Formats: sequence, structure tokens, C-alpha cells
Amino acid sequence: MIRSLPGLAAFAAGLMGLGIFLALIVAPEDADQGISQRVFYIHVPIALTAYFCFGLGAWKALLLLWRGDERYDLESYVAIHQGTIFGALTLITGSIWARASWDVWWTWGSNQLVLFLVLFLFYCAYFMLRFSLEEGPRRARSSAVYALFGVVLIPVSFLAIRLAEDFIHPTVFTREGPQMTGTMFATFCVSWAAVTLLAYVLYRVELAGKRLDADLRELREVLQ
Amino acid sequence: MNWSQAELVAAAYGVVFVFVLVYVAIIAAKLVRLQRETTALLELARGREAAARRDPAAAVEAPNES
Amino acid sequence: MTYLADVAALTHKDLRIELRARDTLPAMLLFVLSTLVVFHFALPEGTGDAAAYGLLWVAIVFTALLGLSRAWVPEQEHGVLDGLVLAPSDRSAIWLGKTLATLAFLVASQVIALPAFVLFFAPLDLVALAGVLLADIGICAVGSLMAAMAAASRSREVLLPLLVLPLTIPLMVGGVGAAISPEGERYLLLLALYDGVFSVLSWASFEYVVTE
Repeated sequence: MIRSLPGLAAFAAGLMGLGIFLALIVAPEDADQGISQRVFYIHVPIALTAYFCFGLGAWKALLLLWRGDERYDLESYVAIHQGTIFGALTLITGSIWARASWDVWWTWGSNQLVLFLVLFLFYCAYFMLRFSLEEGPRRARSSAVYALFGVVLIPVSFLAIRLAEDFIHPTVFTREGPQMTGTMFATFCVSWAAVTLLAYVLYRVELAGKRLDADLRELREVLQ
Repeated sequence: MNWSQAELVAAAYGVVFVFVLVYVAIIAAKLVRLQRETTALLELARGREAAARRDPAAAVEAPNES
Repeated sequence: MTYLADVAALTHKDLRIELRARDTLPAMLLFVLSTLVVFHFALPEGTGDAAAYGLLWVAIVFTALLGLSRAWVPEQEHGVLDGLVLAPSDRSAIWLGKTLATLAFLVASQVIALPAFVLFFAPLDLVALAGVLLADIGICAVGSLMAAMAAASRSREVLLPLLVLPLTIPLMVGGVGAAISPEGERYLLLLALYDGVFSVLSWASFEYVVTE
């Protein structure tokens, strides 16, 4: 499994390079928003990738509960770890974009930003949960259940935030959705593929590292 | 501080770039730790092998002393 | 039918324990009333009713957390939970029994708290009250499960609010919306959706959380 990893990583690096080149240089500048629109090509793929990671984590969690194989616990954990990191990056790049577009570092009017804040809090609590439980099947199963709750929370929270717009934040900044030209769309697709692949490579690397760690620990126990 | 739009765009991409580099650094540190651990375990294994060759009878006892 | 009988027995047990010990419910009651009074001092002069409704919901959630933190304590203290888990009944019945009992306590505390709120701050119409009830169900359903998860941990008092609060955000939106918005029914639908989805999820996954 690990042999394909260097190749995959190299491909991710190449794709990422291409994506950035397209996003910053090739793609035409947006008429309304100017240069700040280019953040879109990195911010939205990161957000989508975060969702992807949370989904992957929830899927592995479901497999753990369903099949009972302990291996899925680590895979679920690493996926959610990646998702949380990409979620934090979403908030950071989103904040920078908000500053570029509307001159504020934060706005409650951006539904996506608010949703990510809620999810970020939720998944941070995931780590607190894992940290305070003893290692074992109980921790694995509780984490898995929590991961499933997270993935269900995503649409429900989104709905709630949409409804909350009506009475909580009257000042809603809007961004004109870019009328995407063919080049813009192609750039977006390349960036999206690159970021997703990056996340997947990081996921595999981290997983391999953790498995190696566990194997060495077991070896130590046998030898001592 | 007044940021220009171009600076902010660069900052956004820069954050992602820095994140990947930080990740590499963390992996490198982990690699060093794993390497150290492997060397230590190798020593242990060699020690056990030498002890087993010296005294085959004693090696059969469970060596759980530490 | 035995499933419902099991649930009824479990809920009955919790209510009986509380009736005798009388520690959780009075605490919740006093807590929610004190909080409401504190809010009067926390709200500056001239803030409208809307802020009061928001704070009502904060009070409700934290009162619920108080009740939930004590929810599994009787089972923890005497190893009863293990006994219940070993019993031949469906384990999800344990969750349902506990949820109903916690719900009863929460609603009981609100029987006093809501009139007090109306007295101190602002009126509550039928839609708002329906919102309170629906949100109560959601908090207790999700909270019972999270409390069971946290019960096994070293830092359960700290962990429970951390696990529950993000999950209560949709409930807050629903509850406050039901109280404030002219289209309150939409928020009741949101609450009903939340209750349906998360209750089923909690009911189905409880078994995995309590077994070794």
C-alpha cells in the first residue's frame, strides 16, 4: 500500500503547482471583485476537502461499528484530524477573503464561515473526547458514534444557519457569484483535484506514521 | 494595518504553503523519533540474541524484569 | 410490548430515585431562576425583548446541562449500568428511559422558569412554548447519549458541555426563532427535523457507546 505513496505525493505536488499557476496567473481577473476573487480557487477547494475528510471519517466510523475491525478506528481518527486541519484552513483563508472583499476579518453574514466555525468547535470536542477516554474498544466506539453525529450535524446546522439569517444578522454581505468562464471553471477543477489529492496524501502519510508507531510499540513490548 | 488586495491573496495562498511545510517538519521530527526507537529496539534484540547464544537455558525464562 | 415496559420501568426508577433524593430537580430549578435574575443585570437598559429570548435559551441549555451531568450518576455509583447492559432487554431502552426521565426533570423546571421569564422579561406565545418543548426533546435525546460517553472519562464534568454545546446550536436557532420570528412555524419544523434525526441516531448508537 505504501509503495504507491511517493508517486501519489509527486503527482499531488505537480497538480498543486499547476493549480496555483492557473489560479494566480492564467485565470482571467474577475470584473467585479478584482484580484481578491482569486482566493476562491484555494478557499473553496479547501472547504470542500474538509467536508470530504469529515465524510471519510464518518464512513470509517460506520465501518468500525458495523464490522468491528479495530483498524478503522485509526483511519477514522486520522481522517477527522485532516478534516479539522482543513477546516481551520477554511476559516483562515475565509477570513482573509472577507478582509479582502469587505474589509472585516470576520462576519456572521457568511453562512459558510459560520457553519465551519460550528463544525470546527464540534470536531475539536472530538479530540477532547478521545483524549479523556482510555484507549480501547470503548473509546473507539464512542469516537465513531461522535463522528457520525458530526456528519449528520453538517446539513442540520446549514439549515439552521440559513434560517437564523432572518433574525440574527441583517447585515449580509453578498459576493456576486462569479460568472465562471471556461478557464475559471477549469482552474477551479484543477485546484479542487489538487487540494483533495493533497489531503489524501497527507492522510495516508499520517496513517502510515501512526501504524509504524504502533508496530514499534508492540515490538518493544515483545522484546522487553 | 492597511492590506492591499494583492497582499491578502498572497497571504491566503501563503498560509496553505506554510501549512504544508509545517506538516513536513512535523513528519521529519516523527521520523527522527521513530529512527531512535528502532535503533534502541535493535540494540535490545541484539542483546537478547547474544544472551541466548551465551546461555541457552537462561534465555528460556521470561525476561520481564524492567 | 416488553420494550416499552422496560423503558417505562427505567424511567419510573429514575423518577422514584429523584423523588426520594431530591437533589437534581431543586438544583435545576434554583439554577434557572438565578440565571434569569443574573440576566436582568447583564442586559443593559434599552435592549429589546429579542435579547431576553436569546438569554432564555442560554438559561435553558445550561440548566439542561446541569441535569444531564447528574443523569448517569446513580448508575455509575453502584455499577448499575453494567447490570443494565447485561440484562436481556434491548440496550437502547436504557437510553430511552434515561432520556424520558431527564426530559421530565427539564420540563418540570421549566414549569416554574417559563412563568418567571414572562414575569421578568417578555411574553411567550404558543409557538414559542412549542419550540421550548421540541428543543427540550432534542437536548435530552442528544445529551443523554453524550453524557453516557463522557461518563467513562476522567474529566466528565468538563467534557459534557464541550460535547453538547455545538450540537445545541441548531436548537437555539430553532427556539429563538420560534419565539421571535413572525414565521415561527418554520423554526418548529427545524426543531422537529432535528429531534427526529438525532433521536433516531442516539437511539441506534447508544448500544455501541456503553458496551465494552
